[in-house]
Amino acid sequence: MRPFSFRRPGSPEEAVAMVEPMGVAGQGGAFHAGGTTVIDLMKLHVLHPPSLTDLGDVLERGIEETGDGTLRVGAGTTMAEAAEHPAFLRAPVLSEALWKAASAQLRNVATLGGNLLQRTRCPYFRDNVSACNKREPGSGCAAKDGINRLLAVLGTSEECIANYPGDWANALILFDAVLETRSGEGGREIAFDDLHVLPGEDPARETILGDDELITAIRLTVPDWAGRSVYTKVRDRDSYAFALTSAAVALDLDGETVREARLAIGGAATVPWRAREVEDWLQGQTLTEDVAVEAGRRAFEGAQGWGENDFKIPLGRDTVARGLMEAKAMTPETNSGDSQ
Amino acid sequence: MATEPRDAPPDLGISRRSLLKGTAASGASAFGAFQAGAQEAEAAPTGGPEVEVEITINGKPERFTLDARTTLLDLLRERLDLTGTKVGCNHGQCGACTVLVDGTRINSCLRLAGTLDGAEVTTIEGLGQGGEMHPMQQAFIDNDGFQCGYCTPGQIMSAVGCVTEGHAGSEAEIREYMSGNLCRCGAYKGIVAAVVQARDETEAREAS
Ligand SMILES: Cc1cc2nc3c(=O)[nH]c(=O)nc-3n(C[C@H](O)[C@H](O)[C@H](O)COP(=O)(O)OP(=O)(O)OC[C@H]3O[C@@H](n4cnc5c(N)ncnc54)[C@H](O)[C@@H]3O)c2cc1C
Ligand code: SF4
Ligand code: FES
Ligand code: FES
Repeated sequence: MRPFSFRRPGSPEEAVAMVEPMGVAGQGGAFHAGGTTVIDLMKLHVLHPPSLTDLGDVLERGIEETGDGTLRVGAGTTMAEAAEHPAFLRAPVLSEALWKAASAQLRNVATLGGNLLQRTRCPYFRDNVSACNKREPGSGCAAKDGINRLLAVLGTSEECIANYPGDWANALILFDAVLETRSGEGGREIAFDDLHVLPGEDPARETILGDDELITAIRLTVPDWAGRSVYTKVRDRDSYAFALTSAAVALDLDGETVREARLAIGGAATVPWRAREVEDWLQGQTLTEDVAVEAGRRAFEGAQGWGENDFKIPLGRDTVARGLMEAKAMTPETNSGDSQ
Repeated sequence: MATEPRDAPPDLGISRRSLLKGTAASGASAFGAFQAGAQEAEAAPTGGPEVEVEITINGKPERFTLDARTTLLDLLRERLDLTGTKVGCNHGQCGACTVLVDGTRINSCLRLAGTLDGAEVTTIEGLGQGGEMHPMQQAFIDNDGFQCGYCTPGQIMSAVGCVTEGHAGSEAEIREYMSGNLCRCGAYKGIVAAVVQARDETEAREAS
């Protein structure tokens, strides 16, 4: 790590007043929450901010339930706390996307705010020497013709094919989430769907956050029927690995007929990826295996493989189909508390 | 156990403010941005290239003045000679560096020591009480929960956390919640058996 100054503000106002930019334009402020992304990348010299502004005494921790299905989640809540919160267990996709991520040790420290803003695991971004438009704008993209097995097939551009690696964002995006933020200009609310931006021409920019903008809380609305929801995660080993492909699914069923379906895809896209067209198509269908397979096919329409990661297209289709069938097979009354 | 630090900082009663001034003046010129940051911090409540913390490690409270880059793992191994905690990947990927902070298991390689003011840290050296091994240590021996032993301190600290968290219900749950600790020797079968044994002993002790 390169030297940096460590700042310990006592409030969100102080934090936004003292934070410095992360470095490359558009990558937000150099905050330190759990540190499991930012310290990792600083050790690799991929990030080298002049200072880190610690959020340990700044962020709210915990989940408030307001009664009408709306949850207000402090951005400093750890992944471990959130995974076991009764409100998240009632909509299992929210819990499962957390306990199936990282390791118990990491989840004890990592915050939900930091989790949403974790950076890609693209090996060329992390190696700090290869051409990489995300790390060094204009230098090129070594991954397109390189080792891209883990990278994206949806939402890519010629400039960058890095996948968004996180799990929980794919569950959160199902529930009309809103971020409460604070910056030098005051507070604002951001629809979570708008937070991450496609790589396009400027893959260094990953979100719409300003350089001094702090996420303070996350609000989401969880319908009663979200008891029928799953996070289906496919990976190289059964635990403690990032998703190759994943599907976040919530289903409102009337018998076998889909009243409402919500679907997001992880591991395979450049940003948290809600498949709204597939959701609309599913509405009113009788959810048979054939319909689930067709939904998977539709979810990956327009996907582009880059060689090593071509397999993610058929695997992703199957993951969606499996997620839908797993959600269908659930008995929502009995699944809460299932952490196996 | 070697708990006496080699170079414990004398408590000179230096405030953070004066430390900052000292550092900003004493030629951090190679790092322009960093120097500017330190000066800016004059007006800010805290901040600087060094941090001052008081941490209780294995029951012994101590004050430290540290380079802000110091991780808890660096502090334990390089400054305190507590080399029971191992370095594996140094990036949160293997669990060899697992210790307890306020009773919760974490990866010490990714944790800045500067965030631990007031915290209590337990390492493998501090797990046993009064010359007696902790039941989890004994359980690893009884069940051949290791081969080369390199991952073992991290496995044991993680296993203690796993039982405390209530995630040692079944063997499948133990495997899931111990997955943050890799073992190159593949001693996983014995590790799971050890966690089961220590869990049962803990439950029996708590019931009586
Ligand atoms: C070995 C390993 C395996 C992992 N596996 C998985 C996995 O399978 N699935 C998964 O989803 N994740 C995985 N992760 C990623 C992990 O979940 C994230 O590192 C973690 O959630 C980040 O949270 P943090 O609080 O530690 O963030 P930090 O590292 O503290 O911060 C990350 C970024 O967010 C910014 N930031 C943090 N909080 C705020 C805020 N409130 N407002 C504005 N900006 C903020 C920081 O400036 C920084 O840029 C893994 C990580 C490791 C190291
Ligand atoms: S895919 Fe994106 S992150 Fe990876 S090398 Fe190319 S530009 Fe960099
Ligand atoms: S050394 Fe910390 S997890 Fe590997
Ligand atoms: S015992 Fe050798 S690495 Fe686990």
